[in-house]
Amino acid sequence: MTGPRQRPYTRRVSTATDVDVTARARDLLGVSRLTNSALTGWLHGLPGVDQVGCEARAAGLSTRSIKTSSKAWAIDLAISMIDLTTLEGADTPGKVRGLATRALVPDPTAPDTPSPAAVCVYGDMVGIAKETLGDSGVKVAAVATAFPSGRASRAVKLADTRDAVAAGADEIDMVIDRGAFLAGDYLSVFREIAETKEACGDARLKVIMETGELVTYDNVRRASWLSMLAGGDFVKTSTGKISPAATLPVTLTMLEAVRDWHDLTGEQVGVKPAGGIRTSKDAIRYLVTVHEIAGEAWLDNHWFRFGASSLLNDLVLQRQRMATGAYSGADYVADDAPSAY
Amino acid sequence: MSTRVDVRKTYKLYIGGKFPRSESGRSYEVTAAPTGRRSTPRFLANAAQGSRKDARDAVVAARKAQPGWAGATAYNRGQVLYRVAEVMEGRRAQLVQDVRDAEGLTAARAEGVVSAAIDRWVWYAGWSDKYPQVLGGLNPVAGPYFDISAPEPTGVVAVLAPQASSLLGLVSVVAPVVVSGNTCVVVASQDRPLPAIDLAECLATSDVPGGVVNVVTGRTAEIAPWLASHRDVNAIDLTGAADADGVDWADLEIAAADNLKRVLRPGGTGAEAVEPDFAPVPDLSRLSAFLETKTVWHPKGR
Repeated sequence: MTGPRQRPYTRRVSTATDVDVTARARDLLGVSRLTNSALTGWLHGLPGVDQVGCEARAAGLSTRSIKTSSKAWAIDLAISMIDLTTLEGADTPGKVRGLATRALVPDPTAPDTPSPAAVCVYGDMVGIAKETLGDSGVKVAAVATAFPSGRASRAVKLADTRDAVAAGADEIDMVIDRGAFLAGDYLSVFREIAETKEACGDARLKVIMETGELVTYDNVRRASWLSMLAGGDFVKTSTGKISPAATLPVTLTMLEAVRDWHDLTGEQVGVKPAGGIRTSKDAIRYLVTVHEIAGEAWLDNHWFRFGASSLLNDLVLQRQRMATGAYSGADYVADDAPSAY
Repeated sequence: MSTRVDVRKTYKLYIGGKFPRSESGRSYEVTAAPTGRRSTPRFLANAAQGSRKDARDAVVAARKAQPGWAGATAYNRGQVLYRVAEVMEGRRAQLVQDVRDAEGLTAARAEGVVSAAIDRWVWYAGWSDKYPQVLGGLNPVAGPYFDISAPEPTGVVAVLAPQASSLLGLVSVVAPVVVSGNTCVVVASQDRPLPAIDLAECLATSDVPGGVVNVVTGRTAEIAPWLASHRDVNAIDLTGAADADGVDWADLEIAAADNLKRVLRPGGTGAEAVEPDFAPVPDLSRLSAFLETKTVWHPKGR
């Protein structure tokens, strides 16, 4: 895989926050003014994704067998990469507190179990999650910008973001405007991401493509490059509200994009598959793919996350199985969906 | 002249209503019981040699099916189990042949065994809406309360099927487990697994929901310890541990104690464990071994 065909870019930059993304985009694209047609030319100049090859590669990586000590390491790493998520209309303060407590103590029978990276909630629940998590190191991620549809005015989306950041969110998960993206209005998507990034301040920005709605891998690749160009700190597959959510080939396409972006600009961007990853086996397949496509530098919860809720339980079950030598069962982990009453 | 190519059956596992091969890819040779004159055992088929992971998958399937099966009305469960008997009657010829091969019986004896196995399903099916009245009821208490005990299924039950009685014995241990709403993972007789797969085919075509009965064929000594220690298994029937190669049922009972499983020991005592005779009409002991009793106190008003 190669980067865009335009003029080679040599300047090295550290993080997206210290640069004016529009100026950098002009630089990268080799244009004096950032227009939609310039963006279109650049994104459509990216090489196409070989669908069959991509799926075959993902399937091939899924067959790797990870055993014993490697498996134990992978399970702990995967747990530490989880964004423990609840994004329901019926989320109560109690449920959010329960989830946050779960993140602090994933398995009361094994205190050495690592904590998930973050708890992911709606913006109005940030304060409640923060109360429980305190300075434990577990971050609070908030979805913003009219999640999950992204259908609201720019002003509302930015207010949504600022509100979550003001409440203490360490990370913001935004959705791109898929309607604008599919209509070819890349500049609008670019501006929206850039403005949201500005509204984030110090919070890291994860950009959700909702790949289930983008239909093709080519679109996934373009959306990933566009998000990185606009200053996103993470590219994320899905909201979890649309099926299909995260798949291995889609994640592989994104991992290629962040790897190539790193080669091009020297800047590292994270990847977060979300939705539909429920078993340890699935999670380990993703880790193998991360290692093989992006490289070891991404095998860290600063650069790779799983958006999941039930995955944690399966990883804990596997951990118990490895510790006790006996298969464990649902009676030995916390209830995934406790009653609201 | 055209010669027809043999169409031989692949004997596979029965897990979650499907017939998968063993995840291990292994199989083992099944031979007919010696009938006297032959010196070399007669080859019957290659059966799937299930692994601990097949057993684990089967437990997952059984756990998933359990609430739905227990939630069905007793009347409905009885109907479904009676249907199993009907389907077995339709496959009588195949069952008779496989029992003959497995156990080395004469045709007449094998017919008798199959008839008894079918009757055993009917016998247990009939109990589905009756055992709660026999095993539960209103308790007399010294206070102004109704005190009601009702039997409920234990959950997921691992069953080591009898090693010798490959069909009648199998039915006699599986039917009492599932009639009350339990689901089960059956480790078929190691050397006589084919009737168990026949039975699985009957179950698959008789409205028994997938996952209620799961059949794993293979080495009992390899699979049984994983089921005995499995924390998502609520009870284990050790009947087939008697006379199984390399299996000490006491070890299995020790492993089962870890999560307080209900354990049904094999017949006989200690090392003298033997397989019971399944021919006589049973009592409710096997059925009641896999039940929990829920007792409700309700104030008695005026």
